[in-house]
Amino acid sequence: MKYIDEYRDPGIAKALVAEIRQRTTRHWVLMEICGGQTHTLMRYGIDELLPQAVEIVHGPGCPVCVTPLETIDHAIELALRPDVTLVSYGDMLRVPGSQSDLFRARAAGGDVRIVYSPMEALKIARQNPQRQVVFFGIGFETTAPPNAMAVWQAHREGLRNFSMLTSHVLVPPAIRLLLASDRNRVQGFIAPGHVCTVMGYRQYEELARDFRVPIVVGGFEPVDLLEAINMLVAQLEAGRTEVENQYARSVSREGNVPAQRLMETVLEVCDRKWRGIGTIPRSGYRIRQEFAAHDAEQVFGFPQHGVEEPAECISAEVLQGLKKPPDCAVFATRCTPENPMGAPMVSAEGACAAYYHYRRNAL
Amino acid sequence: MAGPAKLDQLHCPLPLRARDTIMLGHGSGGTLSAELLRDVFLPAFDNPTLARLDDQAILNVNGSRLAFTTDSFVVKPLFFPGGDIGSLAVYGTVNDLAMGGAQPLYLSIAFILEEGLKMEVLQRVARSVRAAAAAAGVQVVTGDTKVVEKGSGDELFVNTSGIGLVREGVRLSADQARPGDRVLLSGSIGDHGIAILAQREGLEFESAIESDSAPLHTLVAAMLDVTHDFRCFRDPTRGGVSSTCNEIAAQSKVGILLEEETIPVREEVKGACEMLGLDPLYVANEGKLIAIVDPRRADEVIEAMHRHPLGSEARIIGTVTESHPGLVAMRTTLGTTRIVDMLAGDQLPRIC
Repeated sequence: MKYIDEYRDPGIAKALVAEIRQRTTRHWVLMEICGGQTHTLMRYGIDELLPQAVEIVHGPGCPVCVTPLETIDHAIELALRPDVTLVSYGDMLRVPGSQSDLFRARAAGGDVRIVYSPMEALKIARQNPQRQVVFFGIGFETTAPPNAMAVWQAHREGLRNFSMLTSHVLVPPAIRLLLASDRNRVQGFIAPGHVCTVMGYRQYEELARDFRVPIVVGGFEPVDLLEAINMLVAQLEAGRTEVENQYARSVSREGNVPAQRLMETVLEVCDRKWRGIGTIPRSGYRIRQEFAAHDAEQVFGFPQHGVEEPAECISAEVLQGLKKPPDCAVFATRCTPENPMGAPMVSAEGACAAYYHYRRNAL
Repeated sequence: MAGPAKLDQLHCPLPLRARDTIMLGHGSGGTLSAELLRDVFLPAFDNPTLARLDDQAILNVNGSRLAFTTDSFVVKPLFFPGGDIGSLAVYGTVNDLAMGGAQPLYLSIAFILEEGLKMEVLQRVARSVRAAAAAAGVQVVTGDTKVVEKGSGDELFVNTSGIGLVREGVRLSADQARPGDRVLLSGSIGDHGIAILAQREGLEFESAIESDSAPLHTLVAAMLDVTHDFRCFRDPTRGGVSSTCNEIAAQSKVGILLEEETIPVREEVKGACEMLGLDPLYVANEGKLIAIVDPRRADEVIEAMHRHPLGSEARIIGTVTESHPGLVAMRTTLGTTRIVDMLAGDQLPRIC
């Protein structure tokens, strides 16, 4: 398949590995941010191919994983209301809240539907004017434009029965938090290619400058990641701290400007809680007051309640790259994808789940 | 924060293990289905024939060995490219018999119809059942019909049961795989699941993806004509190749090592999987089989498969290993090794 096969080519991958080996003179710690990239690293065993001196740690870039427990609880509460149809991407359904998950809510009679696009949720709202249709819109900057579009469209049509429950998070503030920590080990970042497709990479230039750290915008196939790692190692070995773009077939410096304008119209930056990490200032989006009629939090109103992760979960350390999933005492024993004890085991793209599915300790 | 205050807030997700309601994932053929078997059905019906946990029961009756199996079909939509619920119900049961090394003979068919179903739809399904039975050389010899109120079903559900005669000298079971055995696959994977999903989601591709739904008993017969040195046959339906290999590895207490580059996936299926975020290894097939065979006979068997229209793309896709018992691993195209895990819940409900 075009644009896929050449980026999975074993010959090209081997050549890149050889180049990285040849270049590396000392130990470097690199972090990929996006869960999709973590998934590729594990699925293809890319870390096995790298020289030992190049250590890859995994960042907090799985939006499903970092969605707070209470937001999931709110979605479940809504799903169980007889007047509500809750519409979601499929991967949110098995994510456990504090007591239950959306699969169980559906089994208990809740009207929960899976879609591939928020536009389908709008269609459901139009077809069922007597029901409140709530789209569970989470994600990074990647899913923000379609979600914003759904709200904007509902506003334009005067669709009174459509709202969105949102917990949007932003990548750069999370990187800033990691870099500002005195425990930080990460010396170079692979920036998330799809987020940058939307946002461009100007914000990453600030990070590179402020913290003197190289950042390479990377794609999602094995060759993309090896190339991004090669570029990072080259910068580190040469003492450069620039932003470079490996994923140029999708990403430009400015990003998708019309999409950014739409997001700017509908959403505004706010403080957000990240599951497994805590509240990060100005790290998320909420729906602007002008569109409050389509903001599920305002339409339904939820009581604030704090919910904490089990104490045994070391997700905060995993998501900061301080520890690897198998370092955890409950990894693959009491904490599994079916019974996750913390954020990174929750979704297939979480770091712990990726290790569990592809690696465990057995091979 | 002080201890007690924190404990007050601690809502551990662990109690979710207690499953007090049936969820769609219980019908997925993955780990939830396995839990249902282990916790509900095996304790209730416990007997040695059932305990084999193969796709069919093998019964000794007056010196003959009969294969007996049953399967229900709830696929949505009822009609899809490459088949429909009627032909699927015939071939599904025929294949479960064939995987036991049996010549399928007789089927029963039972319909659960929803009030309001168009007669024309039922007629169309009945015609499809007749055509499929004729193609597979089996007779539908008994049946039943029930009707439920509108809203209590979804148009129509079908159950088929079947019996067949097991070939003399053939002993197959998923607990017999041994280190060194070869894993054979009869053709490209994922066609059925993607055909259904594309139809359901209204996805259009350059060329339509058709279900591979087909009766496999003549292919099995051609393979058994070469040798009886097979450990087992399985058709990788729900849960796909991954679930089937995991079941064999678990039941035989061996490891399985698959070679990624040998597993055929059609370009259109690969493309659809990329778009939808699915792994073809987990997508359902309805006309493919996996066989575990003595390594000394593998090449001959593959040659025989290539001469059969349903086996023209057959390949050796892996080896049974002594290491990592109970786990399926895969050597990736990059030469690294990873686990191929069993699916937990449902990837695609109501696929068959």
